Amino acid sequence: MKPQPIVDARAVHKHFGALHVLKGVDLKVAERELVFVIGPSGSGKSTLLRCLNRLEEPSSGSIVVDGIDMLDPRTDINHARQRIGMVFQSFNLYPHMTALGNVTLALRKVAGKSRAEADRLGRAALERVGLADRADHTPGQLSGGQQQRVAIARSIALEPRVMLFDEPTSALDPELVGSVLEVMRSLRESGMTMVVVSHEMGFARNAADRVVFMDDGLIVEQGPPAAIFETPTQDRTRAFIGQIQRH
Amino acid sequence: MIQTFFNVEIIAASWPIVVAGLLNTVLLSLIVVPLGLFGGLILALLASVRHPAVRWPLMVWVDFFRAFPPLVLLILLFAGLPFAGLDLGGFACVAIAFFLNTGSYYGEIFRAGIESVPAGQVEAGRSTGLSRLQAMRYIVLPQAVRNVLPDLLSNTLEVVKLTSLGSVVAVPELLYQARQAQSLTYNPTPIVVAAVIYFLMLWPLVRLLSRLENRALAGRR
Repeated sequence: MKPQPIVDARAVHKHFGALHVLKGVDLKVAERELVFVIGPSGSGKSTLLRCLNRLEEPSSGSIVVDGIDMLDPRTDINHARQRIGMVFQSFNLYPHMTALGNVTLALRKVAGKSRAEADRLGRAALERVGLADRADHTPGQLSGGQQQRVAIARSIALEPRVMLFDEPTSALDPELVGSVLEVMRSLRESGMTMVVVSHEMGFARNAADRVVFMDDGLIVEQGPPAAIFETPTQDRTRAFIGQIQRH
Repeated sequence: MIQTFFNVEIIAASWPIVVAGLLNTVLLSLIVVPLGLFGGLILALLASVRHPAVRWPLMVWVDFFRAFPPLVLLILLFAGLPFAGLDLGGFACVAIAFFLNTGSYYGEIFRAGIESVPAGQVEAGRSTGLSRLQAMRYIVLPQAVRNVLPDLLSNTLEVVKLTSLGSVVAVPELLYQARQAQSLTYNPTPIVVAAVIYFLMLWPLVRLLSRLENRALAGRR
């Protein structure tokens, strides 16, 4: 018997006014799987990701994450979101707090840990992203790569069941991308389930279990990275892969 | 000239009266400023609820009390409320009028501060499970206040100056007391003394404001 998928999204539609951004997307993600979502800008991949933790309210469809119906009005969404980490393109660290303060806020206010316990868990999370010595720095004192790693620590400190990455390296200078990918790779090795929207094709090739290609609000094609990159079956996939590989 | 405008004997004689006024001005400010800040914060938090049933009455409220001259509002409360069987006295009328007037101004400042915080900040907080209110309290408000600190201070300066309106409804604050002393002594010296006290009281705040504004400018560069 196939195990229950940890993310199970079905027939998800999203309208922004007259704009039909998601046109019935199905996405299942198995435990410990790393799914890469690629596609041209405006294809709906970020919106799909943001629907998974209901930062965006889907217009219709169903989304179940780790057995919790995310769209059920009776679901305690704040509780559910603790189990779904999210990393943003622009880091979104809280600039008025230290790195440790960023990591411990939700531990204290959502998970209900004492300050001492939150600090211990927060420092452990910063250690995992290689920034134990930056705990007392504010975001303004950190490089972009370090900020993004603090943002990852902020999520993993809550021990999520799945992590969503929304273009985590797009805002970084090229020389800083590697450190963030390194952290993502170690997360993957520790067995984290991950859904990644990104154009880091090299990373996708050697870390992803599956690549999903989206265009115009629909999943056009999906499969193992080699298949999608070397032998895509759809014209739109081929055109997109061709474009990004020329760069 | 000095005998008329800066008469030492008259300063000595009127000093207790003027100091009593100063204390009342300070007391009035200490009541009116926190009240206005509190009212403003409530208005700004309500404004972050985007529901039309909240939005429209709020907009009418804020516009009305910002457009209404505070002196007219004060006299209306002072002279009008007794006819409604509510005789609150000058001090309470000043507090209420200022709560309504400066609360609306503070509210607009807080609102601008809240809107200056990028939406991604709230999203980051909510994605870790913070409630809407927690995100407001721990993430948005601290940044919002820091962003509009010069405006808050500038408005506070105006509020302290405006407490002199209390003299119109016989609240014995600094200006009122100075005018009492002036009519007792038939000499304008007490008014000059009051003016100097106002200046000495507010000048440090003005300096502080300049420094904050310069720092904000430097931060933007």
